[in-house]
Amino acid sequence: MIGAVASLGHATLAAIAALGRIALFAASTLRHMFTPPFYPREFGNALLTIGWFSLPVVGMTAIFTGAALALQIYAGGSRFNAESVVPQIVAIGMVRELGPVLGGLMVAARVASSIAAEIGTMKVTEQIDALVTLSTNPMKYLTAPRVLAATLTLPVLVAVGDTIGIMGGYLVGITRLDFNSATYLQNTVNFLEPWDIGSGLVKGAVFGFLIALMGCYFGMHSARGAQGVGAATKAAVVAASVLILASNYLLTEAFFAA
Amino acid sequence: MIELIDVHKTFGDNAVLRGVNLIVPKGESMVIIGGSGTGKSVTIKCVLGLITPDSGTIKVNGQDVTKADRDEFLTHFGMLFQGGALFDSLHVWENVAFRLLRGRLKRPREEAREIAIEKLRRVGLKSSVADQFPAELSGGMQKRVGLARAIAAEPDIIFFDEPTTGLDPIMAGVINELIREIVVEMGATAVTITHDMSSVRAIADDVAMLHDGVIQWTGPVSDLDSCNDPYVTQFVNGRAEGPIEAVR
Repeated sequence: MIGAVASLGHATLAAIAALGRIALFAASTLRHMFTPPFYPREFGNALLTIGWFSLPVVGMTAIFTGAALALQIYAGGSRFNAESVVPQIVAIGMVRELGPVLGGLMVAARVASSIAAEIGTMKVTEQIDALVTLSTNPMKYLTAPRVLAATLTLPVLVAVGDTIGIMGGYLVGITRLDFNSATYLQNTVNFLEPWDIGSGLVKGAVFGFLIALMGCYFGMHSARGAQGVGAATKAAVVAASVLILASNYLLTEAFFAA
Repeated sequence: MIELIDVHKTFGDNAVLRGVNLIVPKGESMVIIGGSGTGKSVTIKCVLGLITPDSGTIKVNGQDVTKADRDEFLTHFGMLFQGGALFDSLHVWENVAFRLLRGRLKRPREEAREIAIEKLRRVGLKSSVADQFPAELSGGMQKRVGLARAIAAEPDIIFFDEPTTGLDPIMAGVINELIREIVVEMGATAVTITHDMSSVRAIADDVAMLHDGVIQWTGPVSDLDSCNDPYVTQFVNGRAEGPIEAVR
């Protein structure tokens, strides 16, 4: 009995210590993001790899989600003669929730893993030590540009995902559900309010920050060897995904709670 | 001059350094020998500030390293890492000129590239290598690029961590000769850690034997074969019997 309680205590203390380390890492990252020296070339590369190269996966996720959403809302709405709300619900569902959350999760799988693997490999092959001996702070050179790039590009990816998702719903609406094209678009545009879109973009920025932060944190703390890098990669994706879902709930509470 | 005074470092229950005392005079080439896991790498990482010692003092040119301006302090150093530690995402020339492309030694990109190509030539590599990536090079070429990067900013002090590990004997000899030539030519203070006796004889002015977390013996390389220290004798002759426990 005492052993079980002690184990629980150890696990709790370890979890709190890990949270503390991540909080300190986040604070250090924020400080380095806004204090020189800056590395614009690294920032540019990060914009390209995190933002531009994530467009296909975000676009594909959004279009199929929007299309499926339209079919489900039509099927559900038909139970109480509310089929006509498909454009409005697809739009609000995409821009407030599904666009940012699914986009964030897809980018987490793609980007948190690659950042953790890259930095973890750099650590185990002494490239991080080499950076220090070359008078370069790894937090400024590796972490700050990636986190800043992810924070700035995720809202753009979310905006693109929202648009493509709504288009997915629109295509299903007019080809399969007999909606009038002009009416569908008019209903979508009239229904959405600026904050519906803005809240999703804010969520995107927060998710971008968390994704890159987890990738960098677990990469920098990777254990030795291939197994260490593998474990760091897995931990980065899991932590980023859980944080996206948890922070999405908290942000939704903050933005829309009655 | 580099001075280590009673330096201790423990990792968990493992006391790696238990009072290291060592002086490396300016312009000398010191080689630290010792078995695997005896703390050779930890010693130089303590000097560079990559690892913080638990106690003791480390001075470089009379200045305590913990009180020095970090960026300024590191501009005096070059380091060749055991595995090269070249940045995979950068071209070879960008690796060599890394320090010249950013920070307080920053200069125009074209000028930095020219210096990088000159340093590559100095270590026996053609200029065509400059635009390749490290992964496209052989182990020996990667060591040379690492060496070129270590000397690119003309440092006063150069550290070599196991410079011949993983190389065939001929390439190891070439690297040893290069290191010796460059150190003499630059007049730099050099600290090499190795357990390769051919490297010791090619590179060293002085030798220090690290075992059990302390420097067991230090002296000129010419005394290595004639000294009576049992640790040195066992290590130099590669005997299983002696004060150094051999794990079988």
